[in-house]
Amino acid sequence: MGRILAFIPLAIAAIFGGFFLWGLNPDRDPNNIPSVLISQPAPEFDLAAVDGLETPGLSRADLVGNPRPVIVNVFASWCVPCRAEHGVLTQMVEKDGLTLFGINYKDKPEDATKWLAELGNPYERIGSDLSGRVGIEWGLSGVPETFIVGSDGTVLFRYVGPVVGETAISTFREALIQAGALARGQNG
Amino acid sequence: MRYIAFAFLLLLPVTALAVEPDEMLQDPVLEQRAREISRELRCVVCQNQDIDSSNAGVARDLRILVRERLVAGDSDKEVIAYIHARYGDYVLMRPPLNRVTLALWMAPFVFALVSLLVGWTVISRSRRRAAATGFSDDEKAEIARFIEENASKDGS
Amino acid sequence: MTPEIGHFALALALALALVQSVLPIFGAARGNILWMQSARWSSLGQAFFVGIAFLALMQAFITSDFTVKNVVENSNSLKPMLFKVAGTWGSHEGSLLLWTLILTVFGAAVALLGSNIPLALRARTLSVQAWISVGFLTFMLLTSNPFDRVFPPPGDGQDLNPLLQDVGLAMHPPLLYFGYVGFSIVFSFAVAALIEGRVDAAWARWVRPWTLAAWMSLTAGIALGSWWAYYELGWGGWWFWDPVENVSFMPWLMGTALLHSAIVTEKRDAFKSWTILLAILTFSLSLLGTFIVRSGLLTSVHAFAVDPERGLYILGLLAVSIGSSLALFAWRAPTMEPGGLFKPISREAGLLVNNLLLATATGIVLFGTLYPLFYEAATGGEKLSVGPPFFNASFIPVMLPLVFAMGLGPYLSWKRADLAGVLQRLRFVAVLAGLATLMIWYLAEGGPVLGYLSLMLAFWLFFATLREWAMRIKLFEAPFPESLRRARNLPRSSHGMTLAHAGLAMAMFGFIGSTVWKSEEIIFVRPGTEVSIGGFDVTFEGAERVRGPNYFADRGTLRVAREGNYVTDLFPERRTYPVAQTTTTESAIRSTMAGDLYASIANPAAEDESTQGAWTLRILYEPLVNFIWIGSAMLVLGGGLSLSDRRLRVGAPRRKATAPAALPAE
Repeated sequence: MGRILAFIPLAIAAIFGGFFLWGLNPDRDPNNIPSVLISQPAPEFDLAAVDGLETPGLSRADLVGNPRPVIVNVFASWCVPCRAEHGVLTQMVEKDGLTLFGINYKDKPEDATKWLAELGNPYERIGSDLSGRVGIEWGLSGVPETFIVGSDGTVLFRYVGPVVGETAISTFREALIQAGALARGQNG
Repeated sequence: MRYIAFAFLLLLPVTALAVEPDEMLQDPVLEQRAREISRELRCVVCQNQDIDSSNAGVARDLRILVRERLVAGDSDKEVIAYIHARYGDYVLMRPPLNRVTLALWMAPFVFALVSLLVGWTVISRSRRRAAATGFSDDEKAEIARFIEENASKDGS
Repeated sequence: MTPEIGHFALALALALALVQSVLPIFGAARGNILWMQSARWSSLGQAFFVGIAFLALMQAFITSDFTVKNVVENSNSLKPMLFKVAGTWGSHEGSLLLWTLILTVFGAAVALLGSNIPLALRARTLSVQAWISVGFLTFMLLTSNPFDRVFPPPGDGQDLNPLLQDVGLAMHPPLLYFGYVGFSIVFSFAVAALIEGRVDAAWARWVRPWTLAAWMSLTAGIALGSWWAYYELGWGGWWFWDPVENVSFMPWLMGTALLHSAIVTEKRDAFKSWTILLAILTFSLSLLGTFIVRSGLLTSVHAFAVDPERGLYILGLLAVSIGSSLALFAWRAPTMEPGGLFKPISREAGLLVNNLLLATATGIVLFGTLYPLFYEAATGGEKLSVGPPFFNASFIPVMLPLVFAMGLGPYLSWKRADLAGVLQRLRFVAVLAGLATLMIWYLAEGGPVLGYLSLMLAFWLFFATLREWAMRIKLFEAPFPESLRRARNLPRSSHGMTLAHAGLAMAMFGFIGSTVWKSEEIIFVRPGTEVSIGGFDVTFEGAERVRGPNYFADRGTLRVAREGNYVTDLFPERRTYPVAQTTTTESAIRSTMAGDLYASIANPAAEDESTQGAWTLRILYEPLVNFIWIGSAMLVLGGGLSLSDRRLRVGAPRRKATAPAALPAE
């Protein structure tokens, strides 16, 4: 009996060690928080257009009934990584013919207008989320964040942080293929 | 990958001091409830901070939202459920009780029970050894020492 | 050139550690005195060479040698000298070097001061200590060399994280590491005892001073860290149950249990395998802390830059050291003889309760800290937060009975105590604690029940501890000179216990006061705005831009008055460090025993007309908060008094049967 009991500390330590080894997996990111929206209908929202911009506003209704899944990108002119991401998204719209919607998060309309005038405007629709409230509806943790929404209005994928760099882009493209927005082998 | 994630989180405007006067409610009772709720909610972009003590922009938005829900007449539970629905289990500083967190919530009781068991075993074993028939040489020495120590009357 | 000397010194230290990890222990097995004695010189040599390496790195920081990568990443030529020095241990690599330095210094201390320890036990202990050295030195040389160069050298460095540029925090890591690593020697003693297969009262007595020294440092380190968080983070909290805080707290809890169970082993030759297990677990938890802080396994405010490769190496180190020592334990522990008998009401039983409660508390903190990881593994990637609400709800209910037992325990005599007599003596204490609590309740006009329960227990502990001390020296019972003589004759460890237990009661007053009766005002202020808090009237007189050596700041001026009389001025600052691109809050605090008036300012979050020209002022009144640090200081001093006990230094008994190695060699 005593013999078995004496092994308990070792056994517990071994179990802990197993978990630690699992936790050190380099693909695991302790800061990546999965979205609760995945496979759920996109949240209800209705955003007006950015003041002074021709692009129309965005609401939940616009996300439903599209022929192919669409990309919803949350961006702001004050967000530096968004600038790098902008080029990647523009390419996806121009080369792959994807539909891109934008949520302009807590941004001054004049700054956003200037930013888009400078970098170009690949967005089909942009809703202006001045208060950041719609951001909360989407479970936003920072800017930028990019979602893929299916034709029936279901959220299929979320990417936290800028879609910039090889790994991020290939992860995102793979998600687009899974969603049916892109055909496999279509290159960007 | 991780480094990029950190880099962009740091770019959120950080100049303020957690709770700001313009967020606060006039009604001290409601405000107190808001503060207490805020301590139960985690700031999702921070490292282990509740939204009450975080100066991140999203935390401020959530604080304002908590107060709006309270003013609209929500109970504390409803407010927390509202944010829980949008951000998931991660946002709760007090983990919800479910199948996967049962072990966590049971752990304090289990540990306490194990401790009680160990304590009881140790004490009863000592008692059993003392009550064993006859005295071994060891125990005789023990008794002798006991008498000696009691005679000297030194508690330590 | 100096960095290369430092690097080379590390390599030499590793070579010595390798020799020391085999030679003395083989010497002990074969009875070869010369081999056993070699541990003395190799321990001193290791400490010497690691010391050289540490000084070499410090020199690079002091002279701002920007050809060294570590200096570039963690220093800046404009930084004040104190923080240049402190920058030496501000990074992962530098702090690891400090870790190793302390490790080898403890080894050298045992070699120098442990002349009363039998040669074989000392040789084995130092070999085990050298195993740990080998692990950390190779870790440093392979993955975290602090002396890496950069070419071409940049013009200036990137500066140390400004939050860390603070006197309290500069001293925090050395103290904390002294505690963490100090337990390594206790671990080595335990493993050596397991190898010898013998644990007795003498062993416990040899180990006790090392346990005490490590425990004191850890206590001071944790208290300092908590004090730093209190005044530097800007919202007046002192404990956040952050994973990194928890991993320093767990070795403290276990170490406290060890300190008490070792007393039973020393006095009554009982709890032997338990004491050994605690010695192993305490250091294992220290290693676990190092692992968690440096591997990025959990998210935390304080973590170092993370690197999975390093994490894997430390995990390997953990697996080898903890795994092998626990395996050795599993093999040898069942053969240890149970010690002296005792009754359910006795000092032994009291200390058993202490140990079980502390172990339960440690288990809860450990499980809660790691649960997010378990959860993630079990659900395949879902995340969970275990925050202060969980820890408060589970930890406090375990601590309160412990505080109750702490008041009672010292009254119990060894083996068999007279419960009725003890209760008789404590009746007065209970009444006093109840009355004191009632008085506070009357003065403070209500508050949460748990707060008053805790307060009553804190009073109970305080009065019970004082009464026990008074009883021992027959204060007020015998003539005063007689009491004085008794006090002088009382062992210092006894005074130490009184001081430490009373210190915990004091700290509890601080915990309770600053949690239950804290008040707070958050308002926009413009020059002339007045606010009242905690009986003070505070006037904001304005803010101005000031410059520091490597920062600029907005400094507010607050005039504090009480009932119309001027009290003091407070100058809270908001500092911006341009090189590190960080902003910090420098709170201004007026400290008194009654409580702290704590102010911090910032720019309003919303920039519109309503906040034009305004500042956000956060002002707190934290009653009794200083009792936390006073209580902590008493804990450390109590430990120090105990450490200075003559019985621990000289006259520690040699083992009855001295090893045959004492015979002269032929």
